[in-house]
Parts: sequence; structure tokens; C-alpha cells
Amino acid sequence: MTPGPSHIPLLEVESLTVAYAGAGRLLDAVREVSLIIHEGETYGLVGESGSGKTTLALSVMRYLPRSAVIRQGRILLGGSDLLALDAKAMRTIWGQQIAFVPQDPYSSLNPSMRIGEQLSEAIRADGIDRRAARERALDLLADVHLPDPPLIAESYPHQISGGMRQRVLIAMAVSREPKLLVMDEPTTGLDTTTQATILDLIRDLIRKRRTSVLYVSHNLGVVAQVCDRVAVLYAGELLEDAPAVRLYARPLHPYTQGLLDSVPRLGQNKRRISLRAVAGRPPSPGDTRSGCVFMARCPLAIELCKEAPALIQADKGHDTRCHRWKEIESGSADPRQPARAKAGRVQSPVTGPEVLALLDVEVHYPIRRSLADMVSRRARQVRAVNGVSLSIRRGLALGLVGESGSGKTTLATAIMGLVERTGGEMRLLGKLLPSRIARRDAATLARMQMIFQDVDESFVPTMSIAEIVRRPLIRLGGSRADEASPKVIGLLEAVHLPPEYADRLPVQLSGGERQRVAIARALASKPDLLVADEPVSSLDVSVQASVLNLLNDIQAERDSGLIFISHDLAVIGYISDVVAVIYLGRLMQVAPADEVFDPPYHPYTEALLSAIPLIDPKGLQERIRLEGDTPSPVEIPSGCPFHTRCPRFLGEVCVTVDPPEQRTASGGLIRCHIPLDALQEAQRRVFHFSFPVEGSD
Amino acid sequence: MSRYVARRLGFLILTVILTSIVIFGVVQVLPGDVARVILGREAGQAAIEHLRDELGLNLPVPVRYLNWITAFLRGAWGDSFSLRIPVLPLVARRLQNSLILAAVALGISVPLSVGLGVLAGLRQDSLLDNAVSIGSLALVGLPEFVTGLVLIQVFALGLGLLPASSSLAGGSGLSEIVPQLILPALTATLVLLGYLARLTRAQVIEESGKPYVRTAALKGLPRRAVVLRHILRNALLPTVTIVAISFGWLLSGLIVVEAVFNYPGLGSLLVFAVSRRDLPVIQAIGMLAVVGYALANLSADLLYAALNPRIRLE
Repeated sequence: MTPGPSHIPLLEVESLTVAYAGAGRLLDAVREVSLIIHEGETYGLVGESGSGKTTLALSVMRYLPRSAVIRQGRILLGGSDLLALDAKAMRTIWGQQIAFVPQDPYSSLNPSMRIGEQLSEAIRADGIDRRAARERALDLLADVHLPDPPLIAESYPHQISGGMRQRVLIAMAVSREPKLLVMDEPTTGLDTTTQATILDLIRDLIRKRRTSVLYVSHNLGVVAQVCDRVAVLYAGELLEDAPAVRLYARPLHPYTQGLLDSVPRLGQNKRRISLRAVAGRPPSPGDTRSGCVFMARCPLAIELCKEAPALIQADKGHDTRCHRWKEIESGSADPRQPARAKAGRVQSPVTGPEVLALLDVEVHYPIRRSLADMVSRRARQVRAVNGVSLSIRRGLALGLVGESGSGKTTLATAIMGLVERTGGEMRLLGKLLPSRIARRDAATLARMQMIFQDVDESFVPTMSIAEIVRRPLIRLGGSRADEASPKVIGLLEAVHLPPEYADRLPVQLSGGERQRVAIARALASKPDLLVADEPVSSLDVSVQASVLNLLNDIQAERDSGLIFISHDLAVIGYISDVVAVIYLGRLMQVAPADEVFDPPYHPYTEALLSAIPLIDPKGLQERIRLEGDTPSPVEIPSGCPFHTRCPRFLGEVCVTVDPPEQRTASGGLIRCHIPLDALQEAQRRVFHFSFPVEGSD
Repeated sequence: MSRYVARRLGFLILTVILTSIVIFGVVQVLPGDVARVILGREAGQAAIEHLRDELGLNLPVPVRYLNWITAFLRGAWGDSFSLRIPVLPLVARRLQNSLILAAVALGISVPLSVGLGVLAGLRQDSLLDNAVSIGSLALVGLPEFVTGLVLIQVFALGLGLLPASSSLAGGSGLSEIVPQLILPALTATLVLLGYLARLTRAQVIEESGKPYVRTAALKGLPRRAVVLRHILRNALLPTVTIVAISFGWLLSGLIVVEAVFNYPGLGSLLVFAVSRRDLPVIQAIGMLAVVGYALANLSADLLYAALNPRIRLE
């Protein structure tokens, strides 16, 4: 590591309170937050949605929405108060002293201006002439490792990928050598492998330039990988603030502990460990509060917690806002939720009766671009799924993991009959499954149900929860109208929702609760197969665990098959019995969950594992990075589709010959030209935690 | 880009052909016999038959369509049934008058409404914004015959500053024509003004809230640069196309304005021709309106494509 941060404070936020005007009163989004970022320090701010982290970041930028009011506090940059400056004066600070890297690279660049122009106009604000600014812009594009800077400079934002756009935004932010960078979730929305390369870049840039950073994120892994110091924000209050290594190793606040426990680590599997979920739901801004903000969900809450705790220095540089931190530190009070019993039987992943069989399933659809294409029928094809064969067994979970564009969602919708498959066959309980949902009978529909990713969009907003669950009960579950109501309550209980929720509308529920309703709805027809497409991706970290545990229990109880789709290999590794890795519509590797984290890996799996930010600042990871972006499913590379990016590329054979399916001892599959023993010899385990992770080996 | 232009042109020709069939067809199915209309109620059957032959009304419909369209393309637009004079020069003169009126109306309304819309959008909820919003909403709601009559009442009958009728009779000097143009042009302007100003304001507000504007501001650019290079560049895109389309709309939409002011344009000619069942004139104006509208749409599309890089490269 390069020399750590200095002890000269650069940014000091003092007792800042920011509120939004709403419903005729002011609702605090950030409450009495104080923090210090030293020169050269990378300060991580972790929080879930509604925690106030973005409000805090935008307050530092002095770029809050019009409805926001700063009620009290000071924001000092190098000793002078930013809150005393007017808009005009802020313009001399923006870009020059503090620069901002936004979350969404897709909409954060002007769509009708060339990249080079957007970059050089910032530089020219310093009075540099047009030519020199252009030269400087090209240098900056090279600094952020963009290939062919002159070409990128001439491009419009829509012509380059999201990862490249994020590099441009980073280049723009550092272009005027600011002292402080404010980064708001700069890698959220990018693929894991792209995120890894962007994080490398951010780390390199801030070390080289000794820039201070306020890094805002919900992702504990990302923050662990970039930050020197980490603060945890909850309901607008700072609950803990400590050096990163300490915070991850010895958290002194029950909420921090809860957050760390509710995300599965790479290599953890449900057979060995159960995630400890944080109980309850996150507070909403309108909630009245007194006492500790975390009290309602805290397992250690006592009478004393009705008095609001202060942020106390527990150790040098380690602050916590908890009355009971001493007991936590000494170990006499354990904030961790009691560990649940591990999920039932351990069954071999390859035995058990088959629920769904996929044989060479293929989904292609045409794209027509013009009238001429239509007339000549020269339609090009999106080859989303190419020859997928899989077996889903009763009581077992198959995890399907892939990045965006891998075809994982298309495969799920093809299984459900929502898109037509163009090749191969599918059998449900041994019976051939018609391609389209319209041709499937009610009994078939009842046997397979889907849980969708977007919990906000998957319900009719005017239907009550009871109606939502009742419909499939009657339509598919064969219940009579008069016996449906008690069954609705039963299903709500099964997903741990109280019966009074039956009369509520979807908007009155939190994201996690809505996903429980989606699960209840899917269970109504007693399906033999559940297909869950990214069911926890839009949920907050602290509620993900409880939904994962719920799915797990339900599947074990009902002995159904489960297809669980996600881009997150840690989540997949936790919930699955069998893991399938998909790339450009082809299965690259299929392995029992406890094998997928050890060599031999498919080179793509190896790269994916190396790209996942470990939730451990001292963890070790092999650095395998993929060049470029996933090719378009319209132009799939010949031979092995992964050959254009493969770090273990052999040569001609990968380009011309379809790789063989190699079987591992346990019945897994690796589709690669490199023989398994050669892979085994060349590869090491890609990641190691610095501390023993419960439930992994 | 050239492929794009070719494709749009192809669509334009297709549109014109299809609508020409519709125009021809509509005129065909109109009740009443043209020959009888021309010759009057007392004409004998033989005279009517003779005229039908002469006019080609006894030929099969497809042949008549082909005859009509080829003649039309050659510039042989026939004679007006009622006025007994060639249609082409008549319509051409009226078109010229309408174009002048439309150009003046656009020349006033576009800069005015875009300017007001931009100012209102940049200062959302300010006094100016509220004034523009309320004023433009009122204008959108008022039909042009009401605004026209109000203007006549105030400026012509009340203050006596301008003529109430704009028939362009009596002299063709600039000093005679210009005063007659002001009131009709103002009426047409007011109709467009509300619509364009509201559209521009909404676009400016929408674009101002987009993340790329925040990026631009947080680069430390002067406010002027943020507004001109970033907000307006994107916010005015739809406005440009609406302006182009409204030119086509003006051509046919001036009917009421021209009628109110007795202005000798295409609109008043059309009203006259319809009342006399003057088929050649109706068809000619119909075709002009279609071509004008199609051209306006084409230029809107091309302008949009030229200004929007996301379309330009397809």
C-alpha cells in the first residue's frame, strides 16, 4: 500500500441536518451528521435506500434539489464554509476543488455532444485554449485506459458502452485536479466484470493523485475494496464511523453487524450456514422517531435505547452510536440474530426426481431494422439462448448466473412460455411442454410459477394483497371462492406476513414485503417449479437475507424445484445446489454449489469470481480482468463464444472449434478446450478471506 | 444519412399517392351531379350528357383517376367549374398570399414563443413563468375566430388603427399591404404562440432536471454555457420539429383566419370552392395541402435527424 491518508482535514461536515419539504412539513433526510475526510483519504459512506447518503453527497456538492432545506450545520472545505457561498461562487469550487462522479453513466452525459467536446469544455473553463484543451482531453481519455482516445473523443455517448461512459465521467471529474472527489455509486448498474475494472481505475487514480474521496455506496464489498475509512448511515444518522479494516472485522453497532451478516460471502452455501437477516423494515422518512433510530429492528434494544444515543468514540478513530457498544466489544452482548437452523436435508444435487428437463433449448428472435429488411426477409437474429440443456430436480435449487446480455432472463421467460423457443425441447414432469403459454393447459400453468425482478411493477396497483393472492388460488389452484379467503391468510402466513396485510394495497408495503407477496402469489397454485428472476436484486441489503431464507425454507418444505436467476455469484452460490454459469446464451460451466468456488473453473467463472468485490478489506483475490464488453448476441463470436475475452485463450482452436463439454468427477460440466487437469494445475482458488468465514471452508 | 433521406422521401411519395386517391375518391362520392351543378336546375338532359362527356365524367373511375393525376402532374389543373378560369394561376396567386401570411405569422410567433418558453422554463415558478403559463393556456383555449374578432373590435373598430378587412383590394404597394397583414398575422401568431411556448417551457424544465445537466453544472461551467450548450441544445429539438410541422398546419389552418378577415388566400378560396362544388379547385387545394403538409413533416424529420446524433448515424 502507498502512504495512507494524512492527518490534515480537507472536508469537515459539522452537525449537518438536511430536510425535504413534503406533506406540509419538513422531513429530515440527514440528521446531525458530522464527518471528517483527511487529505488523501477515501471515505466510504454506506447506507441502504432512504438512508440519506445521496442527500449528504449532494449537500457537500451544494447541489440539492429545490425542495431540500439545510436546517443546520457547516460544511468546511479546507477551512472555509461552503454553505456561506452563493451559486456563483460555487462555480469556482465545482470541478476545480470538488468534482462529482454520478451514478448513472447512461444519462449523465449530454446525448447530443461529442465526448471530446464535453471533456474539453471543462478544461477550457480554466482559460486553456481550444487546441491545448483537446490535447489534454485525449491524454485524460488515455489516463482512464480508454482504447483509441481520438475515436472516443469524436464519439457521442450512445456509441460507447456504459463502462466506457463511466470512464469518461471519471476522466471529466479528475480533469481539473480537484482536491475532493464525490462519487455517488459510480459502479452501480455496471456488470460485475466491468465494475472490477472501474474499481481498479478508481483505486489507481486516487493513489496516484492523492485525491480525497467521499465514496457513497450501498455495496459493502465495493466499499471494502476502495475505502480507507467507512461510515454507516441509517435513517439519516451516522451510526458508526471507523477505519475500514476495523469496521469489517469488529463492528461495534448492531446495524453494521446486521448488514455484514445479511449478505452471503463468496463460498458460503445454505447447507452449511443460514444468513442472519435484520428483522423488520427500514424506516420511511415520515416516521416519527425518538430514541435510537435502529431500536425497532435491534436485537439488543433495551429500555435505555428510548433515549437517543450520541456518537461515542469507542476507540481511537472508531465512533459508534450505541448505548451498548461496550458489551458488544467485550462480547457479553451479541447483536447477531440467533442463527437459524440450517435448511433441512442434504441431498445429492444430481439425484432426485426431475421436475423440468431442458434439451438443447434455443431462443432466437429476429430484429428488423428497415422496410428493405422486411421486404427481403433478411432479418438479423438476436441469438439469446443457444443450446441449453439442464435438469431441475425436486427439492433442489438451480442457480443461473450471468451478466447482462447473457440470456438468463430470456431462458426463464422461454421456460414460462412468455417468449417462444425456436429449438430444442422442454419436459415438465416428463411431459413435453408446448412452447407458447397460450398452448399450455391450466394444470401445466399451475405447476410452474414465476417470481419477477421488479417488485414495484409486477402487481396491479389497485388490487389488494388478498385479491392478488386469491386470483391464482381460484384460477389455477382449484379453490372455490368461499374457501379461498382462509387460504389467502395461510399463504401470507407462509411468507411471514401478518393477516391484516390482506386488505392493503401494494404501495402500502415495503419492497421486501411486496416480494413476499409475489412469493405467496406464486405458491398459490402449489407449483412443482418456481422460477425466480433476480428476486432480491432490487431489495435493500438488510431485507435480502430474509427473502433468500424464506425462498429456501419454502422450497425445502414444498419439495419443489427452483430456478434462481441472478447476476450475483455470491447470492447464487449461497442459495443453489447446482450452479450454471451462462455467457452469450451458452452454459459455460455447471457445477454443484460447493465445487464452483474451487478449481478447475471455466476461465469465465474464474474471471467472474475474481471480479466480485470481497466484503473484506484485507481479503486476497487473484486479479483476472476481462477486456472490453460482452459481444452483442446478434454477432456471437465463432468457436467458443468467450474466446474474444478469454484470459486463458489457447489459439486458433478456440476461434474455430466449438469447445467440448468436459465432465468433472461429480458430474459437473466445463465447456472449454483446455483439459480439466491442465485447468486444475494452472488455477488456484481465486479468493481468500482474511478471517474465517462462517460456513465456508 | 443518405439512406435515411431516401427512405423518408419514399414514404413521402407513398403518402402523397395514397392521399391523392382519397381526395379523388371523396370528390367522386360527393352526392350530386357536377354537370347539373354547373349548368343549373333548368338544363336539359341532353346538355348535361354532353357536358359529362366533355368533362370525362362517363369514363371508368380508375381511368379518370389516372387521367386526372397525370394531367395534374403536368400542370394541367383544368378550369374552375364556377369561375370558368384556369385553376393553376388562380390557386398560385392565392397560395402566394397564404404563404406570405404564414411566413409573417411564423416569423413573429416562433422567436417570441420560444423565447418566452425558455425564460419561463429556466425560472420555473417565478412571476414570469406563471404569467406565461396562464397566458399561453388561455391562448391555446381560444379559437382563432374569437381572437380575430376581438382584435378587429379593438384595433380596427375601436382604435381605428388598422383595417378590419384584409382583402388586399386597392393597390399593391407595401404601405397598403402591410397594415392589412398585421391583424390576420397576429391572430395566427396568437394561436401558435400558446402552444409553442408551453411546449418549449415543458421541454426546458424536463431537460434541466436530467443528470447530464447536473454533470455540466458540476464541471464548474458558467450558467450561460450550461443553458446554451446543454439544456437548450436538447430541449429545442422537439420544438424545431413542431415549428416545421406547424408550417404545414398553418397552410390549412388559416382557413378560419382568412375567412374572418376576408383575406384572399387559399383558405378562403377553398371555402368558396366547396360552396360551389368546384371540383378542380377543391382537388387542387387538397393536393397542395397534402404536399405542403408532407413536405413540412419531411423537413421536420430531416431537421430532427440532423440535430440529433442518435438518429443521424442510422
